Amino acid sequence: MFDLDLWKEILSALKKNRMRSFMTAFGVFWGIFMLIIMSGAGKALENGVMDGIKAFASNSAFFWTERTSKPYKGFQRGRRWIYKNTDIEYIRNNISDVEYLSPRLFGPRNYAGDNTIRGKKTGAFNIYGDYPDFFKIDPWTPLQGRLINEIDIQQARKVVNIGERVVEVMFDKEEDPIGEYLKINGVYYQVVGVIKGETRVNIGGGRKTETIIMPFTTMQKTYNMGDDVHFFSVTSDPGVPVSKIETRLKTLLKERHSIAPDDLQAIGSFNIEVEWKKYMGLFTGIQILTWIVGVGTLFAGVIGVSNIMLVIIKERTQEIGIQRAIGATPAKVIMHIVAESVFLTVIAGYIGLALGVGILEVLNFALESGGDANDIFFRRPEISFQMAVAALMVLVVSGIFAGLIPAKRAVSIKPIDALRDEGI
Amino acid sequence: MINLSNIHKSYQMGSNSLHVLKGIDLKIEQGEFVSIMGSSGSGKSTLLNILGILDNYDEGTYHLDGKLVKDMSEKKAARLRNEMLGFVFQSFNLISFKNAMENVALPLYYQGVGRKKRNKIALEYLDKMGLLEWANHMPNEMSGGQKQRVAIARSLISKPKIIFADEPTGALDSSTSYEVMEILKEINAEGITMILVTHEHDIAAMTQKIIRLNDGVIAEVIKNGELENWKDQFSKKDKLEIA
Repeated sequence: MFDLDLWKEILSALKKNRMRSFMTAFGVFWGIFMLIIMSGAGKALENGVMDGIKAFASNSAFFWTERTSKPYKGFQRGRRWIYKNTDIEYIRNNISDVEYLSPRLFGPRNYAGDNTIRGKKTGAFNIYGDYPDFFKIDPWTPLQGRLINEIDIQQARKVVNIGERVVEVMFDKEEDPIGEYLKINGVYYQVVGVIKGETRVNIGGGRKTETIIMPFTTMQKTYNMGDDVHFFSVTSDPGVPVSKIETRLKTLLKERHSIAPDDLQAIGSFNIEVEWKKYMGLFTGIQILTWIVGVGTLFAGVIGVSNIMLVIIKERTQEIGIQRAIGATPAKVIMHIVAESVFLTVIAGYIGLALGVGILEVLNFALESGGDANDIFFRRPEISFQMAVAALMVLVVSGIFAGLIPAKRAVSIKPIDALRDEGI
Repeated sequence: MINLSNIHKSYQMGSNSLHVLKGIDLKIEQGEFVSIMGSSGSGKSTLLNILGILDNYDEGTYHLDGKLVKDMSEKKAARLRNEMLGFVFQSFNLISFKNAMENVALPLYYQGVGRKKRNKIALEYLDKMGLLEWANHMPNEMSGGQKQRVAIARSLISKPKIIFADEPTGALDSSTSYEVMEILKEINAEGITMILVTHEHDIAAMTQKIIRLNDGVIAEVIKNGELENWKDQFSKKDKLEIA
């Protein structure tokens, strides 16, 4: 039911009481504005952090070895041990629920001095031996050329994937690195791909752009590593928690390497799932906090509207009295006040919403256009459409609420008392 | 038109109860011009409020146009007021942020008449009051007499059967008062029942019938013919009472 006259009445009543309308609207405007800004900032923080890790397989776990902390089966404590190829084989064949399994070797490290040479250029990089499955766990994209593949592994080809920084250091600007050779610790490798990590997580430390990856088998053979495996990553099948596999693998490996079952130190492991949950918990917490504070602010605004409405009613008692004396029904009076309140809250809220979103957009633009986006943990401040809709609904409901209380009060005053109120 | 029988009304003032009307019996026929007089506290405003369905009464019966008015819902009362009754107040009670035309048109708004139509009718009534060129002025830009004429136009626009005027000249100087009374007389001449509350004798003297209230009961009812003598008698009596 659209009553044009009602709206004209409301508009003229609001227009003729500009200051009052403005003050009323400001509380609500501020509430929704703060809610939007805070929520957007919270989301931006989340985006900033999550962009760095979201491509990373969240169902992955990583294993390395430490010295044993307990004597067992005739071995003393403090023994050094290492995974073997056979361990990997065994896991591959006997453990269910494993989606990807990717052993890794740590080759020469950048802190040990220059390890890569090409003509007159030298550089210090982190060198790894990996299986192609590794790219499924921590995704990398080839910018040029291709990734290490299964055939490279089988034939132990002397090929490498290199990070962007490696290209910068080892090649001239206009040079194409693909097909060129790099000498790493005395052995030549052909560059088959320039790769870029999609996440900011870096296993083994250092900068991701300073990475050189070669086939696992190549590294094992070339640098006389025997059948050692330094490190491996697993992911669980979809729907299976990786923690379950983590526990089973630990038990199995302890058994195979004669480590005390209650030795908590010997196997080093890291479970992304757990970290992921921590992050998720953190951001949920931030969102909840935002809502509590934001809704609180909004609520304060609505109480303000209700309060001002009450004052207005007091101020307008006489007017309402006149209206009722000349035939306005209580329903009409309530309708009028509620409509006025809803109109004010919604308009004010909408402006708050629009301005909040506008400021987030400006902030976003400033963030996008300025500086190295990789180093900022604050990205794409935004609010979801659902949230905007929810906020508007809260506004309408609270507008009704804010209007209803004073309206009820207004009609509970007898017209005659209302007329006398002026104090003749 | 109006038939009151044994009306009682008291107000609760905290723990005290103030018995204002103590059994009023009154009959007013259609087309009469009646004034209600009385010293302050005699219950004349209360009586007018009950007559105008602005207030409830505790005991007795009130028939308006043959219909019993008792414990009416606000909605019904509002409709009845809107259709049957018009009000004119001492303090004009115009809505301050609406101009003269909008104020006059307001009762029609509550009847659901469209804006254009009701504004046109409002202009006709303002014209009758000689205020056509003031239609777009706000109440605070007008003199007391003008405001009262706007208020009268507003009370007339819904074509009521009865107009209640609570001290309509109370805030006006005497020449303006007489002008307003002339207008009320003209309205009465068109057949609308006019009931006004006043404490000014000269104003009351212009009406056809005076009901004098004293301490919550009707002390005297004086018809037009008797007025001349009554005036002196009343003032003498007043003096006596004071002495």
